[in-house]
Amino acid sequence: MRFALIGQPNCGKSTLFNQVAGYKAETGNFAGTTVTFTETKVRVLGDVVELVDLPGTYTLLGTNPAERVVLDYLVDKPVDAIINVIDATHLVQGLTLTLELMELGRPLVLVINMMDEAKRQGLKLDGEKLESLLGIPVMPMIATRGQGIREAFTRTWHIAQEKRIPTPKVYSEEIEKSVISLKEELEKDNYPVSRRAIVVKLLEGDPVLTEQVSRKIPHVLEHIQKELDVLCHQSSRQAVWLIASERQRLAREMARKVSSQQQTQLTLRDRLDDYLLHPFWGYVFLLAILGLFFYVVYGFGKMLEEPLLNFFNHLDMLILNALHANGFIAQVVSGAVQGISGGLAIVLPYLVPFLVGLGFLEDIGYLTRIAFMMDSLMHRMGLHGKAIVPFILGYGCNVPAIMSTRIMEDKRDRFLSAALSTMVPCAARLAVVFGLVAFYVGPWAALGIYFYNLLIIAITGRIITIFLPEDSPGLILEMPVYRWPTVKTITAKAWFRIREFIFEAWPILIIGSVVLAIMNYFSVTRYLDALLQPFNWLLGLPREVGTPLIFGIFRKELSLIMLAQAFGTTNYAAIMTPQQMVVFTVFVVFYVPCLATIISIRNELGAKAMWAISALTVVVATFAALLVRLGFLLF
Amino acid sequence: MVNLLQVKNGYWVKVVNVAGGVGMERRLAQLGFLPGNKIRVIRSAPFHGPLLLDVEGREIVLGRGVARSVMVEYL
Repeated sequence: MRFALIGQPNCGKSTLFNQVAGYKAETGNFAGTTVTFTETKVRVLGDVVELVDLPGTYTLLGTNPAERVVLDYLVDKPVDAIINVIDATHLVQGLTLTLELMELGRPLVLVINMMDEAKRQGLKLDGEKLESLLGIPVMPMIATRGQGIREAFTRTWHIAQEKRIPTPKVYSEEIEKSVISLKEELEKDNYPVSRRAIVVKLLEGDPVLTEQVSRKIPHVLEHIQKELDVLCHQSSRQAVWLIASERQRLAREMARKVSSQQQTQLTLRDRLDDYLLHPFWGYVFLLAILGLFFYVVYGFGKMLEEPLLNFFNHLDMLILNALHANGFIAQVVSGAVQGISGGLAIVLPYLVPFLVGLGFLEDIGYLTRIAFMMDSLMHRMGLHGKAIVPFILGYGCNVPAIMSTRIMEDKRDRFLSAALSTMVPCAARLAVVFGLVAFYVGPWAALGIYFYNLLIIAITGRIITIFLPEDSPGLILEMPVYRWPTVKTITAKAWFRIREFIFEAWPILIIGSVVLAIMNYFSVTRYLDALLQPFNWLLGLPREVGTPLIFGIFRKELSLIMLAQAFGTTNYAAIMTPQQMVVFTVFVVFYVPCLATIISIRNELGAKAMWAISALTVVVATFAALLVRLGFLLF
Repeated sequence: MVNLLQVKNGYWVKVVNVAGGVGMERRLAQLGFLPGNKIRVIRSAPFHGPLLLDVEGREIVLGRGVARSVMVEYL
């Protein structure tokens, strides 16, 4: 059996999914965290059920690629039951999607999530009454605390067994007439969802379905147009609006019958935006919050990096002394130790606090506030506030950042935000910035690199906009309410991302370090170094950085870890001047994103975009690093 | 009839229609910008930033370009 979770953005589908699946799907308190589907197997009443978490969507009429996934999935794969999750505090809006789902002709259960939030707002809901009005099971739930989940799944299992198909609600007469008339056309054919659903989507003007159906039944287009004309003539409004208004009317009617609002007092949480979105104090808070974040990551990381590095340097010396220092075995073992120590001493101390902090900011709902305040600035680089989501995710890892560009409606916006967010220093590059620059040169230099990075990204965006002018309508976004995240979700989320480093990236770092040791031993690196010599000459870097930079394309941390290998020490201060460290780091931050990112760019935007973005980053990296070097020479 | 950009903070208005492409109409219809629905401008971001609106109990952010295409009238 297969159950699908469907609901509007930020209603807690992924939270529910993670409660039953362990942490598998990314969650966050903003619209559009889930951009593709995630599947898991769960056990319900002894049966193994496939559960799929689909991206949030306001209607089945998806207008961006992430929302499109929902309808495509339902059309492609047989789903035995749909679990429709709605936010108790936005009942009317949630029910409009429920009404649409009832048309699909699949067993349906309605889950009313966030009952605790509704209670806090003094909202009372009569679930039984709603159940009788809709004719489908209605289950209350508090997904963050795991309440009501078992009951909901048991109920879903039962209706899936019974194949209980909901009866769709009836629209106004004129719409129903058109629906019946068009339905005749499709009579002969087989469709994965009910014909009524398809006809309604055709009337709403879904371009993909219209194309598909008209290929099978060529004359259907004329018929649709005729019905649209009739509808438009009768009500002087377009069919899309007419149907949407109908759903809203029905939803409102139901919501009125089942909910009652009690008096509540405004709490600090309701007034928080008066401060955090204040025209002046809002920006002060923004700087303070991000500054604090930076400071905590730095403080925590430095505290651990120093003793760990000392320990591993000591260990490395012992090994080299014990074995023959210049022998093959000694070099290989030392390479492995440097790979291990790089992950443990340089990357993890900064990665852990960073990911915990980012998860907290995501879950509390602050990201969308940043989008709101930064929208006008983003316009200056040819994007709008929504692009802040890939940007901020990019600080964690560029791969989800690239994937999250799906929440943008416009293709040009997707390309530009993907190109710019690959230049955002991800956690891997954070390790280079903190492990090298903050540690050896000082925290202000590291902070400076972050600001310089933003400046360069803005200038690049500005320049690209000259060639690809902005034509998208701009920001359309739902503002989530503040939610206090639970310790469990924060740690699960951080672990989800740290695990990826430990099991996927770290082994590559160790292997890379060993490979380099071997290459060093056989003097192969000389040729690779020679390849990058022009760059190094231009940027005034030691020739040994060539090979690490090439390997950095696999994982950005490699460029730092292998640097230690190349020089034979992790005491970077002995081999590079502070200026060289800064220039090197600036180059590492910008040049070609790592392999995983390159691949996801190809998946999302195609091979052409992949080559274009990779080439762009090399040009930008060279200019940005050169500019820094010239700056040092002049001042 | 005015567009949303011309509405002062804190005022309630009623949607008349959305002028813009089909895509935009559809997108905004999903978020509750349907004729007759009530909207309040909660605040606007500085430096010609977007508007924060109360649309049928839900908070929606609209960039200025989009807000300009939403035609409303005062209640």
